[in-house]
Amino acid sequence: MKIGVLLSRVRIEEKWILEALEKRGIPHERIDDREAVFDFAHPENWLSYSAVLERSLSFARGLYATQILNAWGIPTVNMAHVAATCGDKLATSAALARAGIPQPRIKVAFTPESALQAIEELGYPVVLKPVVGSWGRLLAKINDRDAAEAILEHKETLGSYQHSIYYLQEYIQKPGRDIRAFVVGDQTVCAIYRTSSHWITNTARDGKGEVCPITPELNALCVAAAQAVGGGVLAVDVLEDPQRGFLVNEINHTSEFHTLAPTTGVDVAGLMVEYTLAVAEGQIHPPFPAVSAPQVPMGILHTSPLGIPLWRAAAQ
Amino acid sequence: MSLTSCPECEAAIELNDVLVGEIVVCPDCGVDLEVISLEPLQLELAPMEEEDWGE
Repeated sequence: MKIGVLLSRVRIEEKWILEALEKRGIPHERIDDREAVFDFAHPENWLSYSAVLERSLSFARGLYATQILNAWGIPTVNMAHVAATCGDKLATSAALARAGIPQPRIKVAFTPESALQAIEELGYPVVLKPVVGSWGRLLAKINDRDAAEAILEHKETLGSYQHSIYYLQEYIQKPGRDIRAFVVGDQTVCAIYRTSSHWITNTARDGKGEVCPITPELNALCVAAAQAVGGGVLAVDVLEDPQRGFLVNEINHTSEFHTLAPTTGVDVAGLMVEYTLAVAEGQIHPPFPAVSAPQVPMGILHTSPLGIPLWRAAAQ
Repeated sequence: MSLTSCPECEAAIELNDVLVGEIVVCPDCGVDLEVISLEPLQLELAPMEEEDWGE
């Protein structure tokens, strides 16, 4: 049994994770995503990992690496389909909507004209977010039509195609804080309020942490939200609306916890390592949904009696 | 304790208990540096943040 830790930079979270692995005497290896090479014809070296804990800084590297590992039958924490959902705010909203999880009103449009119409329907202020991005980058709180027109023009002119997916969220009049809750499997293990005088409360943007009590309502909501995106080890960000109560804002699949762990005193790295160990030892079986395009050499692409390729039938 | 210098400003940097891949900040010029080896201690400019980086 050996656990791989896929990472880029060693942040304080990765230091804590590596220390937790050492402390428990769990065989493990660091895998630097800048040096990793995946050969679809020769997965042998990778098959020595019983599970891989994915901690890449880059969403794309983490997503594609876990897609390949999952296609080879190697479980990852978190699984590729979870990363694909959590790393894309639109996909997260779709998953939450499907599961009936309360979230802020969202509108999506594909042109500046239709986006402006959607903004006016939502009413000012409104928040425009890139579908992929983190740490509060490129979030825009749009307070009036002049700002909306300017930002939409900039997006269309300067951005990549992804910036022309206009993901619009109603602005929640939250009480100067939001909640970050950490879910491991089927339990919310700790939570903090992130307080800031700025409307963006990320601790990456200097938001401050305080312990948030985990009420049965908060636990149930966060666990349901985590399950809605596929489950695993996840950080659920929750907004408090004065009328509607808790609303799930987003879910992170490679969460930082440099504020959460010291504020709550909970050994988040240790819990993460123990969950990964349980996956590696087969005590937890994360679902392997059929992936879209596993690379199968032509010679072994046989079909089952039902006409379903065997690799797909096995995954169902 | 290991000593090295900043590749940007040549300030002397003393580090304890770091890992390869860890990011440290030069106390003089403030640039982000990545630890690329421990024996000997070597630092290089850390990669710039990219659009899909995050948590």
